[in-house]
Amino acid sequence: MLNKNTNSYSLSHLKELEAEAIHIIREVAAEFENPVMLYSIGKDSSVMARLAEKAFYPGKVPFPLMHIDSKWKFREMIEFRDTYAKEKNWDLIVHYNKEGFESGVGPFTHGSKVHTDIMKTQALLAGLNKYKFDAAFGGARRDEEKSRAKERIFSFRDKFHQWDPKNQRPELWDIYNAKIHKGESIRVFPISNWTELDVWQYIRLEKIPIVPLYYAKERPMVNIDGTWIMADDDRMPKELRDRAEMKMVRFRTLGCYPLTGAVESSATTIEEIVEEMMTVTVSERTTRVIDFDQEASMEQKKREGYF
Amino acid sequence: MTTMTTMTTYTNNTNNPTGTERGGLDIKTFLDQDERKDLLRILTAGSVDDGKSTLIGRLMFDSKLIYEDQLAALERDSKRVGHAGEDIDYALLLDGLKAEREQGITIDVAYRYFSTNKRKFIIADCPGHEQYTRNMVTGASTANLAIILIDATKGVITQTRRHTYLVSLLGIKHVVLAVNKMDLVEFDQEVFNHICNDYRSFITQLNIPDVEFIPLSALKGDNVVEVSEKMHWYHGKSMLEFLETVHVSSDRNFEDFRYPVQYVNRPDRDFRGFAAKVASGIIKKGDPVMVLPSKKTSSVKSIVSYDGEIEKAFPPQSVTLTLKDEIDISRGEMIVHPDNLPHIERHFEAMLVWMDEKPMDSKTQFYIKHNTNTTKARIDYIRYKVDVNTLQKSEIERFELNEIGRVALTTVKPIFFDPYVKNRNTGSFVLIDPVSHNTCAVGMIIDKLDRENLATKYSPQELRDKIDKGQCLITTEERQKRYNQKGATIWITGLHGSGKNELAYLLEKELFELGANVVLLDGSTVRSGLSRELDFSPADRAEHLRRVAHIARILNDQEIITICSFVSPDENIRRQVAEIIGKERFVNVYMDATLEFSMKKKPELYKLAIEGKVDDLPGINSTYQKPENPDIVCNPEENGKNPVNIIDYLNREKIFPLQ
Repeated sequence: MLNKNTNSYSLSHLKELEAEAIHIIREVAAEFENPVMLYSIGKDSSVMARLAEKAFYPGKVPFPLMHIDSKWKFREMIEFRDTYAKEKNWDLIVHYNKEGFESGVGPFTHGSKVHTDIMKTQALLAGLNKYKFDAAFGGARRDEEKSRAKERIFSFRDKFHQWDPKNQRPELWDIYNAKIHKGESIRVFPISNWTELDVWQYIRLEKIPIVPLYYAKERPMVNIDGTWIMADDDRMPKELRDRAEMKMVRFRTLGCYPLTGAVESSATTIEEIVEEMMTVTVSERTTRVIDFDQEASMEQKKREGYF
Repeated sequence: MTTMTTMTTYTNNTNNPTGTERGGLDIKTFLDQDERKDLLRILTAGSVDDGKSTLIGRLMFDSKLIYEDQLAALERDSKRVGHAGEDIDYALLLDGLKAEREQGITIDVAYRYFSTNKRKFIIADCPGHEQYTRNMVTGASTANLAIILIDATKGVITQTRRHTYLVSLLGIKHVVLAVNKMDLVEFDQEVFNHICNDYRSFITQLNIPDVEFIPLSALKGDNVVEVSEKMHWYHGKSMLEFLETVHVSSDRNFEDFRYPVQYVNRPDRDFRGFAAKVASGIIKKGDPVMVLPSKKTSSVKSIVSYDGEIEKAFPPQSVTLTLKDEIDISRGEMIVHPDNLPHIERHFEAMLVWMDEKPMDSKTQFYIKHNTNTTKARIDYIRYKVDVNTLQKSEIERFELNEIGRVALTTVKPIFFDPYVKNRNTGSFVLIDPVSHNTCAVGMIIDKLDRENLATKYSPQELRDKIDKGQCLITTEERQKRYNQKGATIWITGLHGSGKNELAYLLEKELFELGANVVLLDGSTVRSGLSRELDFSPADRAEHLRRVAHIARILNDQEIITICSFVSPDENIRRQVAEIIGKERFVNVYMDATLEFSMKKKPELYKLAIEGKVDDLPGINSTYQKPENPDIVCNPEENGKNPVNIIDYLNREKIFPLQ
């Protein structure tokens, strides 16, 4: 994929980003004892997992995937996850907050804030602690959200997995400081420099499979306070489910189904998704309900250890 | 002109819902074009007052890649903390963290992304103040090009010089001087030219090959995306046009193949691959290679990638090499072409930027991470510190946060490097604090250490031989260079009471003040111990002075200046002393005092001699022989207390200072 417009030793931006990400992933595998790749089943995770497969080809990826299951993910996500891990021969760890699950924590009963804290943030921290991972890959991008624009690629976390935006390690050239004390860890963001368009473009070029929820389809949708929420299972209260109507929608981000709004769309191919994305009036994260909870909420969550 | 302009035009056509072909550009064409774009990494330097955030905001906004809801959020924010009155405050798009937004300044490096139909851009948006030097250094480390903002109403200021120096230090080859706020100076060409000339005369001392000047108004949009109507005298490109077309791919080093092995891939017994990012140069299948530090050779069997085998690899590709021969190679080693080797050294000089709140401690053994190689390193000495505002050099003991200077380093294991100016990837390193694990400093290698600046190195066999023979491991030259002086003995002779000691003590003090390494020997100190059993008879005097001469010689051999203050009345004895010490470094000073003068100084001693109670006192009951050819004669009544003529002499003879 050489850039034909300039000289023959020039890379396209995507190939340059790919090379950068592979370098980062290999660096982690070489420097840390026990890394893990956090896998959200979303499109960014799918790209990141492909980059890991590329980094160690023809060998197997030397670290596992871990999915933090909030138990409220779309059913199609879980199916996709299991098929994908099996096909690609990944070691897959699925971790969830057993206590929270058994006491019935969920967004409908406890609200998005409590649910996210217990079933996502707490579950993530417990999962990382349980397996004593010293490095965790995440698929976050700097163009997604303001507080991420300043975060390092190797993002240092203290014993409590907390991020301190005022006390970040200098990160120059492509030299990453992997020195940590016992109990501390690093979150690694190999696709920090990718934009949403880069991710879609890469999925298109590399033919990376993604969860079908990204494509438009007739789905049973309920309008809750102006957001289209899918009636994915019967844990949705009956009075809401009864209001469900079939709508042609797709999801721009994936998460817990009661917290993830759909957009009305007819895009059934990547090209059409990109076309919509380039012209649509809402940027990616606004369909993720948790961001509205509090001012600067993402920054707050990152400080607490959530990505 | 930008991607979004194109896309908007095309999607406004709602007659064709299938999205295949419209106005000559469909989504597939767009994506195919997009895929071929290259990437330009930009550093922006300047303060909020210069309109830096406004410029970036406008580049991004006018490139239409700011989505509508981000704009809505922006309008909401502007009402609360905006600084731009009723207009949209572009700068607010950029300030990320909550606390920083309240202060109205950008604190860390923030990365921004936008694209046009020609290129993708990553902007490292860096804060401008001096206390954020480390942040700018960070942003500059990955940039191809720097935009340096100047406020047209202020011209080239200290900050401009500081930013430009940092940009050149980090090896950025392209600089755009954005002369902003042209609207406030009536778009006056004279103002612009004056600023450009100022800047040109400043950068001649720095190594920046490509400098471009663009007059603009970020606030009003002049020359940002479109060429302005208001500056007809300007015939260059708009900022965006320039950024889209500037040629940077040849900045990479394609000459010197350097492959710092990152990861050894051994999925089974049949495959042994060496994974790395090509740091520089080009490698082709079949090329002969050498592995450092073992210097074993082989050739490239294949260049493996997930997308199939490739024929050649070049920077910054991440690939996997397999070799024809089975060679044991680990992470941190380097594969190169056998006819083009980097330096393989433990000693080198570098420009260092101190990044840590904790000041440097010269006793620390740091971790040094250089490419994929981590070893330990110490800072041997700081040659000088550079004042980032004036570029003046000065001597310091240690670095504090944001200080920059030239240092000599020694690593525990050799590293494989090239000078930073030749090779950004193999010429850079970071130092990591062994306790806190912070990245405490970053460095750009200047070159290996000149041999003449190094302590002489011996092989283990040479070492044993020299020690067995009782030969010093430090050479005369090394000592002279260190002390900046040559060993010599200033032998002051004269009668008792002639004022020898007064001169000797003052001379010692004066030389010490000037930085010389000096030792003083006089009668009372030597006789109180070393010559305790000796009296003042001619024979014992001779033995006493022989001992003194040997001490002086040992000191002179070690290039220490020795001041000897002794009556030493016998010319023959003085000649023997000179021979022991070495005539070429024996400086004879005669304290030419009359007997009357001396008797007045030490009346009791002379009285005892006259009364016969003391034997052998020169001038009374034994002879004092004047030196035949003294190097310096002092008269106690005129210049006896003034060591200046001796110091002049040492200076003239290049004894001290040497340089």
